[in-house]
Amino acid sequence: MSQLQARDLVRSYGRTPALRGVTLDVDEGEIVAVTGPSGCGKSTLLHCLAGILRPDAGEVIWRGERLDTRSEAARSRLRRTEFGVLFQFGQLVAELTAAENVALPLLLAGTGRRAAREAALTWLERFGVAELADVRPGEMSGGQQQRCATARSLVTEPRVLFADEPTGALDTLTGEQVLTTMVRLARERRTSVVLVTHEPRIAAYADREVTIRDGAVEHSGFDLSALSTGGDR
Amino acid sequence: MNSGLMSTPHVLLGLLATGDKHGYELKRAHDERLPQARPLAFGQVYATLNRLQRDGLVTVTGQERDGGPERTTYALTGEGRAALDRWLNDVEPPYPYVASTLLAKVAVALLVADLDRVRACLAAQRQAHTARLRELTLLKHAPSATLDDVVAADFAIAHLDADLTWLGTTLSRVADWHREVRHEPAPGP
Repeated sequence: MSQLQARDLVRSYGRTPALRGVTLDVDEGEIVAVTGPSGCGKSTLLHCLAGILRPDAGEVIWRGERLDTRSEAARSRLRRTEFGVLFQFGQLVAELTAAENVALPLLLAGTGRRAAREAALTWLERFGVAELADVRPGEMSGGQQQRCATARSLVTEPRVLFADEPTGALDTLTGEQVLTTMVRLARERRTSVVLVTHEPRIAAYADREVTIRDGAVEHSGFDLSALSTGGDR
Repeated sequence: MNSGLMSTPHVLLGLLATGDKHGYELKRAHDERLPQARPLAFGQVYATLNRLQRDGLVTVTGQERDGGPERTTYALTGEGRAALDRWLNDVEPPYPYVASTLLAKVAVALLVADLDRVRACLAAQRQAHTARLRELTLLKHAPSATLDDVVAADFAIAHLDADLTWLGTTLSRVADWHREVRHEPAPGP
């Protein structure tokens, strides 16, 4: 079942168009890679889908209901409960330890302090960084920080994980370790993933690839026959 | 993908350096060490061994017939060991020529086809590369994958990734390239 849909999304920054009518469906449990060159609009698409940005025109539909027309508070609540968001540079809170960072989304959603810490420890362990629970981000390597940030993005067991270049700042092997753990845990939980990347080998972990060029969908799917007739624009 | 030609004679010398073997054992060891490589044909094993023997790099140490077909066991000679060491010490020339069938095909397509057809050609190749990349990614993460499989898949994945990046970049500039090759004027702003 398609649980997240974008319909003809249009979004500009001032007079610069970023999205020129993008339509996209994400099924439950599906991992969709959104690829394309820098500036093609893929991050804007992710921000619109996650309710961080509002499109100028078009609709975002979450489980049958409009998302983009909801208030900032309602969209923010959705991001705390149903969605997980992960960026290229983990964006951990510098003053908090790893465990406190990972527990944060649960605390914001009203989970008790003790239960939140326990869940945080479990998730840190799943990403192989349990020993960093009481360490602050400044004392961690980039790979360790990104493992913590990925744990934080999944700690609420969201229905959708939005990941924007999650391994972009990591070396190949570290990136692969973070990504394979993330993909495995998402698949086990039937969490949908919208994975924005410009790297073909990262997109290869997805079920489907949607390529954006100049703010429009250039191609969707892994179907070999789709482009043999010159469907590329 | 531009994957340099495999040096079968040197690979066989290397396998014999780990102990004497007959032809069948060499083929099996080759396929084990180099998973995902083009499988080595028996004919090629024996033809290569004959050449290596003629050149004094391997020698026959025994022939037996256990009811079945005759088996010849080969061993590495001192000269063979020296040839193997020279090969290991030689650095492989990094891309001495920029040559690949893919690049040649696109360059020719620019001469003989219109822009849409060149784009379709690049896009179709990108699809095929993407499908293979996915296949290798699955293979690499299969529970049964050994490090031999992983490292071999990593090699192919890195090259496919580079090719795909090149295909994407080329798709972005193919209109300009086509105009330049055809000596057509650039469009106005």
